[in-house]
Amino acid sequence: MKDAAHKRHYSAWSLFREGLRGQRGWTPAWRDRDPESAYDVVIIGGGGHGLATAYYLAKQHGVKRVALLEKGWIGGGNTGRNTTIIRSNYFYPQSAALYDLSVSLYEGLTRELNYNIMFSQRGLIEIAHTDAELEMMARAANAMRINGIPIELLSRERTLALAPLLDASPHTRWPVRGALQQRRAGTARHDAVAWGYARAADALGVHIIQNCEVTGFEMAAGRLGAVNTSRGTIRAERFGMAVAGNSSALAKLAGFELPIQSYTLQAMVSEPVKPCLDTIVLSSANGVYVSQSDKGELVLGGNLDRCPSYMQRGSFRVTQSVIASLVEMFPAFATLKLMRQWGGVVDTTPDNSPIIGPSPVPGLFLNCGWGTGGFKAIPAGGTLFAHVLATGQHHPLSAPFDLSRFESGEVIDEAHAGVVH
Amino acid sequence: MQKFPCPFCGPRADREFRYGGDAGKLRPPRDCTDAEWARYRYQRANGKGVTHELWLHADGCGRWIEIERDTMTHEVFATRSLVP
Repeated sequence: MKDAAHKRHYSAWSLFREGLRGQRGWTPAWRDRDPESAYDVVIIGGGGHGLATAYYLAKQHGVKRVALLEKGWIGGGNTGRNTTIIRSNYFYPQSAALYDLSVSLYEGLTRELNYNIMFSQRGLIEIAHTDAELEMMARAANAMRINGIPIELLSRERTLALAPLLDASPHTRWPVRGALQQRRAGTARHDAVAWGYARAADALGVHIIQNCEVTGFEMAAGRLGAVNTSRGTIRAERFGMAVAGNSSALAKLAGFELPIQSYTLQAMVSEPVKPCLDTIVLSSANGVYVSQSDKGELVLGGNLDRCPSYMQRGSFRVTQSVIASLVEMFPAFATLKLMRQWGGVVDTTPDNSPIIGPSPVPGLFLNCGWGTGGFKAIPAGGTLFAHVLATGQHHPLSAPFDLSRFESGEVIDEAHAGVVH
Repeated sequence: MQKFPCPFCGPRADREFRYGGDAGKLRPPRDCTDAEWARYRYQRANGKGVTHELWLHADGCGRWIEIERDTMTHEVFATRSLVP
Protein backbone atom coordinates (compact mmCIF):
# COMPACT_ATOMS: atom_id res chain seq x y z
CA MET A 1 0.00 0.00 0.00
CA LYS A 2 1.11 3.57 -0.61
CA ASP A 3 2.30 5.57 2.40
CA ALA A 4 0.85 8.82 1.11
CA ALA A 5 -2.68 7.44 1.19
CA HIS A 6 -2.40 6.92 4.91
CA LYS A 7 -1.54 10.51 5.67
CA ARG A 8 -4.90 11.77 4.42
CA HIS A 9 -6.48 14.24 6.83
CA TYR A 10 -10.02 13.48 7.95
CA SER A 11 -12.26 16.57 7.83
CA ALA A 12 -15.75 17.75 6.97
CA TRP A 13 -14.33 18.55 3.52
CA SER A 14 -12.96 15.03 2.97
CA LEU A 15 -16.34 13.61 4.01
CA PHE A 16 -18.13 15.94 1.59
CA ARG A 17 -15.73 15.15 -1.26
CA GLU A 18 -16.05 11.41 -0.77
CA GLY A 19 -19.82 11.84 -0.65
CA LEU A 20 -19.66 13.25 -4.16
CA ARG A 21 -17.26 10.49 -5.32
CA GLY A 22 -19.38 7.59 -4.11
CA GLN A 23 -17.09 6.96 -1.08
CA ARG A 24 -14.54 5.28 -3.36
CA GLY A 25 -11.49 7.24 -2.20
CA TRP A 26 -11.17 5.92 1.36
CA THR A 27 -8.19 3.78 2.21
CA PRO A 28 -7.54 1.59 5.28
CA ALA A 29 -6.75 3.74 8.31
CA TRP A 30 -3.66 1.68 9.21
CA ARG A 31 -1.58 -1.13 7.76
CA ASP A 32 -1.47 -4.72 8.97
CA ARG A 33 2.29 -5.42 8.90
CA ASP A 34 4.43 -8.55 8.79
CA PRO A 35 7.03 -8.73 11.56
CA GLU A 36 10.68 -7.90 10.92
CA SER A 37 13.46 -9.59 12.87
CA ALA A 38 14.50 -6.64 15.05
CA TYR A 39 13.14 -3.38 16.44
CA ASP A 40 14.16 -0.72 18.96
CA VAL A 41 11.06 -1.29 21.10
CA VAL A 42 8.53 -4.12 20.99
CA ILE A 43 5.19 -3.65 22.73
CA ILE A 44 3.20 -6.77 23.55
CA GLY A 45 -0.55 -6.19 23.55
CA GLY A 46 -2.61 -4.27 21.00
CA GLY A 47 -5.22 -2.79 23.28
CA GLY A 48 -5.62 0.89 24.04
CA HIS A 49 -2.60 1.07 26.34
CA GLY A 50 -0.28 -0.71 23.89
CA LEU A 51 -1.46 1.36 20.92
CA ALA A 52 -1.21 4.64 22.86
CA THR A 53 2.28 3.66 24.06
CA ALA A 54 3.37 2.95 20.48
CA TYR A 55 1.99 6.29 19.32
CA TYR A 56 3.68 8.35 22.06
CA LEU A 57 6.98 6.47 21.61
CA ALA A 58 7.05 7.56 17.99
CA LYS A 59 5.49 11.00 18.52
CA GLN A 60 7.04 12.28 21.77
CA HIS A 61 10.28 10.34 21.91
CA GLY A 62 11.12 9.92 18.23
CA VAL A 63 11.74 6.17 18.54
CA LYS A 64 12.07 5.02 14.95
CA ARG A 65 11.51 1.26 14.96
CA VAL A 66 8.54 0.32 17.11
CA ALA A 67 6.50 -2.88 16.76
CA LEU A 68 3.24 -3.68 18.45
CA LEU A 69 2.38 -7.38 18.73
CA GLU A 70 -1.24 -8.43 19.17
CA LYS A 71 -2.27 -12.07 19.49
CA GLY A 72 -5.76 -11.44 18.09
CA TRP A 73 -6.96 -8.18 16.58
CA ILE A 74 -6.31 -4.69 17.94
CA GLY A 75 -8.81 -3.42 20.47
CA GLY A 76 -10.43 -6.86 20.74
CA GLY A 77 -9.83 -7.38 24.46
CA ASN A 78 -10.87 -5.10 27.29
CA THR A 79 -10.56 -2.01 25.06
CA GLY A 80 -13.57 -3.24 23.11
CA ARG A 81 -15.40 -4.67 26.12
CA ASN A 82 -15.57 -1.83 28.64
CA THR A 83 -18.40 0.61 29.33
CA THR A 84 -16.40 3.59 27.95
CA ILE A 85 -16.48 5.75 31.08
CA ILE A 86 -13.76 8.35 31.58
CA ARG A 87 -13.36 10.09 34.97
CA SER A 88 -10.72 11.10 37.51
CA ASN A 89 -12.57 11.24 40.85
CA TYR A 90 -9.83 9.53 42.86
CA PHE A 91 -8.86 9.97 46.51
CA TYR A 92 -5.06 9.87 46.65
CA PRO A 93 -2.91 12.58 45.02
CA GLN A 94 -0.89 10.03 43.00
CA SER A 95 -4.05 8.59 41.42
CA ALA A 96 -5.64 12.00 40.91
CA ALA A 97 -2.57 13.22 39.01
CA LEU A 98 -2.52 10.09 36.84
CA TYR A 99 -6.22 9.92 35.96
CA ASP A 100 -6.63 13.68 35.57
CA LEU A 101 -3.76 13.72 33.08
CA SER A 102 -5.77 11.09 31.22
CA VAL A 103 -9.00 13.14 31.21
CA SER A 104 -7.05 16.18 30.00
CA LEU A 105 -5.45 14.19 27.18
CA TYR A 106 -8.84 12.71 26.22
CA GLU A 107 -10.19 16.27 25.94
CA GLY A 108 -7.73 16.99 23.14
CA LEU A 109 -7.48 13.52 21.64
CA THR A 110 -9.91 13.86 18.72
CA ARG A 111 -7.89 16.83 17.45
CA GLU A 112 -4.50 15.31 18.24
CA LEU A 113 -5.24 12.03 16.43
CA ASN A 114 -7.45 13.59 13.74
CA TYR A 115 -9.93 10.84 14.58
CA ASN A 116 -13.29 11.43 16.22
CA ILE A 117 -13.29 9.52 19.50
CA MET A 118 -16.74 10.99 20.33
CA PHE A 119 -15.71 12.10 23.83
CA SER A 120 -18.93 13.33 25.42
CA GLN A 121 -18.34 15.07 28.76
CA ARG A 122 -21.82 14.46 30.06
CA GLY A 123 -20.71 14.26 33.70
CA LEU A 124 -21.00 11.49 36.26
CA ILE A 125 -23.09 11.38 39.41
CA GLU A 126 -22.47 8.87 42.16
CA ILE A 127 -25.63 8.51 44.24
CA ALA A 128 -25.62 8.60 48.05
CA HIS A 129 -28.55 6.64 49.48
CA THR A 130 -27.99 7.41 53.17
CA ASP A 131 -26.73 10.26 55.34
CA ALA A 132 -23.66 8.21 56.22
CA GLU A 133 -22.84 7.71 52.55
CA LEU A 134 -23.26 11.42 51.91
CA GLU A 135 -20.82 12.22 54.72
CA MET A 136 -18.24 9.85 53.25
CA MET A 137 -18.79 11.54 49.89
CA ALA A 138 -18.17 14.96 51.45
CA ARG A 139 -14.88 13.62 52.78
CA ALA A 140 -13.97 12.22 49.36
CA ALA A 141 -15.02 15.48 47.68
CA ASN A 142 -12.72 17.47 49.98
CA ALA A 143 -9.80 15.15 49.22
CA MET A 144 -10.45 15.38 45.47
CA ARG A 145 -10.62 19.17 45.58
CA ILE A 146 -7.33 19.29 47.46
CA ASN A 147 -5.97 17.11 44.63
CA GLY A 148 -7.15 19.77 42.18
CA ILE A 149 -10.08 17.79 40.74
CA PRO A 150 -13.26 19.89 40.45
CA ILE A 151 -16.00 17.92 42.24
CA GLU A 152 -19.42 18.96 43.47
CA LEU A 153 -21.65 17.57 46.17
CA LEU A 154 -25.28 17.68 45.03
CA SER A 155 -28.53 17.90 46.99
CA ARG A 156 -31.33 15.40 46.51
CA GLU A 157 -33.27 17.93 44.42
CA ARG A 158 -30.32 18.68 42.13
CA THR A 159 -29.60 14.95 41.72
CA LEU A 160 -33.20 14.16 40.77
CA ALA A 161 -33.20 17.08 38.33
CA LEU A 162 -30.15 15.60 36.57
CA ALA A 163 -31.62 12.07 36.42
CA PRO A 164 -35.39 12.45 36.62
CA LEU A 165 -36.08 8.76 36.03
CA LEU A 166 -34.51 7.84 39.40
CA ASP A 167 -37.12 6.47 41.79
CA ALA A 168 -38.02 9.45 44.01
CA SER A 169 -40.95 7.82 45.77
CA PRO A 170 -40.90 7.70 49.62
CA HIS A 171 -41.01 3.89 49.71
CA THR A 172 -38.11 3.11 47.40
CA ARG A 173 -35.47 0.69 48.59
CA TRP A 174 -32.73 3.02 47.33
CA PRO A 175 -33.66 6.58 48.38
CA VAL A 176 -31.72 9.38 46.72
CA ARG A 177 -30.04 11.45 49.44
CA GLY A 178 -27.57 13.36 47.26
CA ALA A 179 -24.68 12.74 44.90
CA LEU A 180 -21.07 13.40 44.06
CA GLN A 181 -20.67 14.92 40.62
CA GLN A 182 -17.68 15.19 38.30
CA ARG A 183 -18.76 17.34 35.36
CA ARG A 184 -15.66 16.64 33.25
CA ALA A 185 -16.34 12.89 33.32
CA GLY A 186 -17.88 11.36 30.23
CA THR A 187 -17.93 8.57 27.69
CA ALA A 188 -16.06 8.00 24.43
CA ARG A 189 -16.25 5.56 21.54
CA HIS A 190 -13.91 2.80 22.72
CA ASP A 191 -13.17 1.32 19.29
CA ALA A 192 -12.37 4.79 17.98
CA VAL A 193 -9.75 5.25 20.70
CA ALA A 194 -8.02 2.03 19.56
CA TRP A 195 -8.38 2.79 15.85
CA GLY A 196 -7.41 6.46 16.24
CA TYR A 197 -4.19 5.60 18.06
CA ALA A 198 -3.50 2.79 15.56
CA ARG A 199 -3.92 5.13 12.59
CA ALA A 200 -1.76 7.86 14.12
CA ALA A 201 0.93 5.36 15.20
CA ASP A 202 0.95 3.74 11.75
CA ALA A 203 1.40 7.15 10.11
CA LEU A 204 4.52 7.63 12.27
CA GLY A 205 5.97 4.29 11.10
CA VAL A 206 4.91 1.97 13.93
CA HIS A 207 4.43 -1.63 12.77
CA ILE A 208 1.08 -3.01 13.95
CA ILE A 209 1.34 -6.81 13.79
CA GLN A 210 -1.82 -8.82 14.47
CA ASN A 211 -2.33 -12.58 14.97
CA CYS A 212 1.11 -12.63 16.57
CA GLU A 213 1.11 -14.33 19.96
CA VAL A 214 4.14 -14.25 22.25
CA THR A 215 5.05 -17.82 23.20
CA GLY A 216 8.40 -17.38 24.93
CA PHE A 217 11.22 -15.08 25.98
CA GLU A 218 14.91 -15.38 25.10
CA MET A 219 17.54 -13.93 27.41
CA ALA A 220 20.81 -12.54 26.08
CA ALA A 221 23.65 -11.26 28.32
CA GLY A 222 21.47 -11.11 31.41
CA ARG A 223 18.59 -9.22 29.86
CA LEU A 224 15.64 -9.91 27.62
CA GLY A 225 16.90 -10.12 24.07
CA ALA A 226 14.04 -11.48 22.01
CA VAL A 227 10.49 -12.79 22.09
CA ASN A 228 9.40 -15.98 20.38
CA THR A 229 6.08 -15.51 18.67
CA SER A 230 3.68 -17.48 16.53
CA ARG A 231 5.19 -15.52 13.62
CA GLY A 232 8.88 -15.94 14.44
CA THR A 233 11.50 -14.57 16.80
CA ILE A 234 11.71 -10.81 17.21
CA ARG A 235 14.67 -9.03 18.83
CA ALA A 236 14.56 -5.60 20.45
CA GLU A 237 16.40 -3.28 22.84
CA ARG A 238 13.42 -2.93 25.16
CA PHE A 239 10.13 -4.74 25.56
CA GLY A 240 6.92 -3.50 27.11
CA MET A 241 3.89 -5.61 28.01
CA ALA A 242 0.39 -4.17 28.23
CA VAL A 243 -1.78 -7.29 28.25
CA ALA A 244 -4.23 -6.63 31.12
CA GLY A 245 -5.87 -9.88 32.28
CA ASN A 246 -3.14 -12.03 30.71
CA SER A 247 -0.28 -10.27 32.54
CA SER A 248 0.31 -13.14 34.96
CA ALA A 249 0.36 -15.72 32.15
CA LEU A 250 2.96 -13.72 30.22
CA ALA A 251 4.98 -13.03 33.39
CA LYS A 252 5.03 -16.77 34.05
CA LEU A 253 6.61 -17.31 30.60
CA ALA A 254 9.26 -14.76 31.59
CA GLY A 255 9.82 -16.49 34.93
CA PHE A 256 8.24 -14.21 37.54
CA GLU A 257 4.97 -13.70 39.42
CA LEU A 258 2.92 -10.54 39.78
CA PRO A 259 0.61 -9.24 42.52
CA ILE A 260 -2.29 -9.60 40.11
CA GLN A 261 -5.48 -11.65 40.15
CA SER A 262 -7.58 -11.93 37.00
CA TYR A 263 -11.35 -11.67 37.28
CA THR A 264 -14.20 -11.38 34.83
CA LEU A 265 -15.93 -8.01 34.72
CA GLN A 266 -19.11 -8.00 32.73
CA ALA A 267 -21.10 -5.38 30.91
CA MET A 268 -24.37 -5.36 29.04
CA VAL A 269 -26.57 -3.18 26.86
CA SER A 270 -30.32 -2.80 26.52
CA GLU A 271 -32.28 -2.27 23.35
CA PRO A 272 -31.92 1.29 22.02
CA VAL A 273 -34.49 3.87 23.14
CA LYS A 274 -34.93 7.62 22.73
CA PRO A 275 -32.65 9.87 24.83
CA CYS A 276 -33.67 9.52 28.48
CA LEU A 277 -30.45 9.71 30.50
CA ASP A 278 -27.87 12.39 29.69
CA THR A 279 -25.38 11.72 32.47
CA ILE A 280 -23.58 8.69 33.90
CA VAL A 281 -25.27 7.39 37.06
CA LEU A 282 -23.43 5.18 39.51
CA SER A 283 -24.39 3.59 42.80
CA SER A 284 -21.61 1.88 44.76
CA ALA A 285 -23.93 0.65 47.48
CA ASN A 286 -26.26 -0.88 44.95
CA GLY A 287 -23.52 -2.21 42.63
CA VAL A 288 -24.60 -0.74 39.31
CA TYR A 289 -23.68 2.03 36.92
CA VAL A 290 -25.44 3.11 33.75
CA SER A 291 -25.17 5.52 30.87
CA GLN A 292 -26.96 5.87 27.56
CA SER A 293 -24.94 5.42 24.38
CA ASP A 294 -25.28 7.64 21.33
CA LYS A 295 -27.24 4.81 19.70
CA GLY A 296 -29.72 4.93 22.59
CA GLU A 297 -28.79 1.69 24.34
CA LEU A 298 -28.39 1.72 28.10
CA VAL A 299 -24.86 0.55 28.85
CA LEU A 300 -24.60 -0.99 32.31
CA GLY A 301 -22.22 -2.83 34.54
CA GLY A 302 -21.56 -3.57 38.17
CA ASN A 303 -19.27 -5.60 40.36
CA LEU A 304 -16.66 -8.20 39.48
CA ASP A 305 -17.63 -11.82 39.21
CA ARG A 306 -16.74 -13.61 42.42
CA CYS A 307 -14.13 -16.19 41.49
CA PRO A 308 -10.78 -15.73 39.71
CA SER A 309 -11.38 -16.35 36.03
CA TYR A 310 -10.02 -16.12 32.50
CA MET A 311 -13.44 -16.56 30.87
CA GLN A 312 -14.57 -13.63 28.73
CA ARG A 313 -18.17 -13.99 29.81
CA GLY A 314 -19.77 -13.27 33.14
CA SER A 315 -21.82 -15.42 35.44
CA PHE A 316 -25.59 -15.15 35.28
CA ARG A 317 -25.77 -14.24 38.97
CA VAL A 318 -23.92 -10.94 38.47
CA THR A 319 -25.95 -10.16 35.35
CA GLN A 320 -29.09 -10.68 37.39
CA SER A 321 -27.85 -8.58 40.29
CA VAL A 322 -26.81 -5.68 38.03
CA ILE A 323 -30.20 -5.66 36.30
CA ALA A 324 -32.11 -5.95 39.58
CA SER A 325 -30.13 -3.03 40.98
CA LEU A 326 -30.80 -0.92 37.90
CA VAL A 327 -34.51 -1.63 37.93
CA GLU A 328 -34.79 -0.85 41.64
CA MET A 329 -33.24 2.56 41.05
CA PHE A 330 -34.92 3.25 37.69
CA PRO A 331 -38.31 1.46 37.67
CA ALA A 332 -39.04 2.74 34.15
CA PHE A 333 -36.17 0.67 32.74
CA ALA A 334 -37.87 -2.58 33.78
CA THR A 335 -39.70 -2.69 30.45
CA LEU A 336 -36.48 -2.65 28.40
CA LYS A 337 -35.08 -5.80 26.81
CA LEU A 338 -31.47 -6.80 27.32
CA MET A 339 -29.70 -7.06 23.97
CA ARG A 340 -26.17 -8.22 24.70
CA GLN A 341 -24.03 -9.26 27.64
CA TRP A 342 -20.30 -10.00 27.68
CA GLY A 343 -17.22 -10.09 29.90
CA GLY A 344 -13.60 -9.00 29.93
CA VAL A 345 -10.71 -10.41 31.94
CA VAL A 346 -9.42 -7.64 34.21
CA ASP A 347 -6.11 -7.58 36.10
CA THR A 348 -6.79 -6.51 39.67
CA THR A 349 -4.01 -5.58 42.12
CA PRO A 350 -4.15 -5.73 45.93
CA ASP A 351 -4.38 -1.91 46.18
CA ASN A 352 -6.51 -1.40 43.06
CA SER A 353 -3.85 0.79 41.47
CA PRO A 354 -1.90 0.04 38.29
CA ILE A 355 1.68 -1.16 37.94
CA ILE A 356 3.95 0.83 35.60
CA GLY A 357 7.71 0.44 35.33
CA PRO A 358 10.48 -2.15 35.19
CA SER A 359 9.75 -5.85 35.71
CA PRO A 360 12.08 -8.27 37.54
CA VAL A 361 13.50 -9.19 34.10
CA PRO A 362 15.93 -6.54 32.78
CA GLY A 363 14.74 -5.14 29.47
CA LEU A 364 11.08 -6.02 30.08
CA PHE A 365 8.73 -3.30 31.35
CA LEU A 366 5.21 -3.51 32.77
CA ASN A 367 1.98 -1.64 32.15
CA CYS A 368 -0.68 -3.68 33.96
CA GLY A 369 -2.94 -3.89 36.97
CA TRP A 370 -5.48 -1.32 35.73
CA GLY A 371 -8.20 -3.68 36.88
CA THR A 372 -11.70 -2.43 36.21
CA GLY A 373 -10.61 1.03 35.04
CA GLY A 374 -8.09 0.72 32.24
CA PHE A 375 -10.04 2.44 29.47
CA LYS A 376 -10.22 5.81 31.23
CA ALA A 377 -6.44 5.75 31.68
CA ILE A 378 -5.37 4.92 28.10
CA PRO A 379 -3.83 8.29 27.10
CA ALA A 380 -2.00 8.68 30.44
CA GLY A 381 -0.92 5.02 30.55
CA GLY A 382 0.45 5.37 27.01
CA THR A 383 2.24 8.63 27.78
CA LEU A 384 3.90 7.33 30.94
CA PHE A 385 4.74 3.89 29.55
CA ALA A 386 6.29 5.45 26.43
CA HIS A 387 8.44 7.60 28.72
CA VAL A 388 9.55 4.54 30.69
CA LEU A 389 10.32 2.55 27.51
CA ALA A 390 12.14 5.41 25.77
CA THR A 391 14.28 6.51 28.72
CA GLY A 392 14.45 3.43 30.92
CA GLN A 393 13.50 5.79 33.78
CA HIS A 394 10.25 6.60 35.54
CA HIS A 395 8.20 9.69 34.72
CA PRO A 396 7.44 11.60 37.99
CA LEU A 397 3.77 10.57 37.65
CA SER A 398 4.53 6.87 37.10
CA ALA A 399 7.13 6.50 39.90
CA PRO A 400 4.54 5.90 42.68
CA PHE A 401 3.09 3.03 40.63
CA ASP A 402 6.32 1.01 40.49
CA LEU A 403 6.08 -2.70 41.29
CA SER A 404 8.38 -2.14 44.29
CA ARG A 405 5.59 -0.43 46.25
CA PHE A 406 4.32 -3.79 47.48
CA GLU A 407 7.67 -4.50 49.11
CA SER A 408 8.20 -0.97 50.46
CA GLY A 409 4.62 -0.79 51.72
CA GLU A 410 3.83 2.42 49.82
CA VAL A 411 0.61 1.05 48.37
CA ILE A 412 -2.00 3.42 46.92
CA ASP A 413 -5.15 1.81 48.19
CA GLU A 414 -8.09 3.40 46.43
CA ALA A 415 -10.54 0.69 47.53
CA HIS A 416 -9.95 1.38 51.20
CA ALA A 417 -10.16 5.10 50.57
CA GLY A 418 -13.85 4.45 50.02
CA VAL A 419 -14.04 5.81 46.48
CA VAL A 420 -15.05 4.11 43.28
CA HIS A 421 -11.92 2.66 41.77
CA MET B 1 -25.51 -21.68 39.63
CA GLN B 2 -22.59 -24.03 40.05
CA LYS B 3 -22.25 -26.67 42.75
CA PHE B 4 -19.02 -27.11 44.69
CA PRO B 5 -18.65 -30.51 46.42
CA CYS B 6 -17.67 -29.59 49.99
CA PRO B 7 -15.70 -32.51 51.53
CA PHE B 8 -17.72 -32.04 54.71
CA CYS B 9 -21.21 -31.06 53.49
CA GLY B 10 -21.45 -32.58 50.00
CA PRO B 11 -22.57 -30.62 46.89
CA ARG B 12 -23.54 -27.05 47.82
CA ALA B 13 -24.28 -23.86 45.86
CA ASP B 14 -21.16 -21.91 44.90
CA ARG B 15 -22.53 -18.75 46.49
CA GLU B 16 -21.96 -20.32 49.92
CA PHE B 17 -18.20 -20.26 49.31
CA ARG B 18 -15.69 -17.38 49.42
CA TYR B 19 -12.45 -17.39 47.46
CA GLY B 20 -9.39 -17.15 49.73
CA GLY B 21 -6.20 -17.23 47.67
CA ASP B 22 -3.64 -19.71 46.36
CA ALA B 23 -3.38 -23.10 48.05
CA GLY B 24 -0.03 -24.29 49.33
CA LYS B 25 1.39 -20.91 50.36
CA LEU B 26 3.29 -21.01 53.63
CA ARG B 27 3.49 -18.00 55.93
CA PRO B 28 7.18 -16.98 56.16
CA PRO B 29 8.90 -16.84 59.58
CA ARG B 30 8.71 -13.68 61.68
CA ASP B 31 12.26 -12.64 60.81
CA CYS B 32 11.68 -12.86 57.04
CA THR B 33 12.83 -10.13 54.65
CA ASP B 34 10.46 -7.50 53.21
CA ALA B 35 10.74 -9.26 49.84
CA GLU B 36 9.67 -12.61 51.32
CA TRP B 37 6.78 -10.97 53.14
CA ALA B 38 5.66 -9.09 50.00
CA ARG B 39 5.81 -12.33 48.02
CA TYR B 40 3.63 -14.09 50.58
CA ARG B 41 1.26 -11.19 51.10
CA TYR B 42 0.75 -9.90 47.55
CA GLN B 43 2.00 -12.20 44.79
CA ARG B 44 -0.51 -14.51 43.12
CA ALA B 45 -0.05 -17.60 40.99
CA ASN B 46 -3.12 -16.40 39.04
CA GLY B 47 -2.98 -19.55 36.96
CA LYS B 48 -4.60 -19.72 33.56
CA GLY B 49 -6.04 -23.22 33.45
CA VAL B 50 -6.05 -25.74 36.30
CA THR B 51 -5.35 -24.09 39.68
CA HIS B 52 -5.34 -25.08 43.33
CA GLU B 53 -7.21 -22.56 45.45
CA LEU B 54 -8.32 -22.05 49.02
CA TRP B 55 -12.01 -21.45 49.57
CA LEU B 56 -13.98 -20.84 52.76
CA HIS B 57 -17.33 -22.57 53.07
CA ALA B 58 -18.59 -19.41 54.75
CA ASP B 59 -22.34 -20.02 54.59
CA GLY B 60 -21.96 -23.71 55.38
CA CYS B 61 -19.62 -25.61 57.69
CA GLY B 62 -17.26 -22.62 58.00
CA ARG B 63 -14.21 -24.68 57.08
CA TRP B 64 -11.38 -23.85 54.68
CA ILE B 65 -11.04 -26.30 51.82
CA GLU B 66 -8.82 -26.70 48.76
CA ILE B 67 -10.47 -26.68 45.35
CA GLU B 68 -8.86 -27.82 42.10
CA ARG B 69 -10.54 -25.72 39.43
CA ASP B 70 -10.02 -24.61 35.83
CA THR B 71 -10.04 -20.81 35.52
CA MET B 72 -10.68 -21.05 31.77
CA THR B 73 -13.86 -23.11 32.09
CA HIS B 74 -14.79 -22.90 35.83
CA GLU B 75 -14.91 -26.71 35.93
CA VAL B 76 -14.24 -28.12 39.42
CA PHE B 77 -12.18 -31.33 39.45
CA ALA B 78 -11.66 -32.02 43.13
CA THR B 79 -12.11 -30.59 46.59
CA ARG B 80 -10.29 -31.68 49.73
CA SER B 81 -10.10 -30.97 53.39
CA LEU B 82 -7.02 -29.07 54.53
CA VAL B 83 -6.77 -31.44 57.49
CA PRO B 84 -4.99 -34.69 56.53
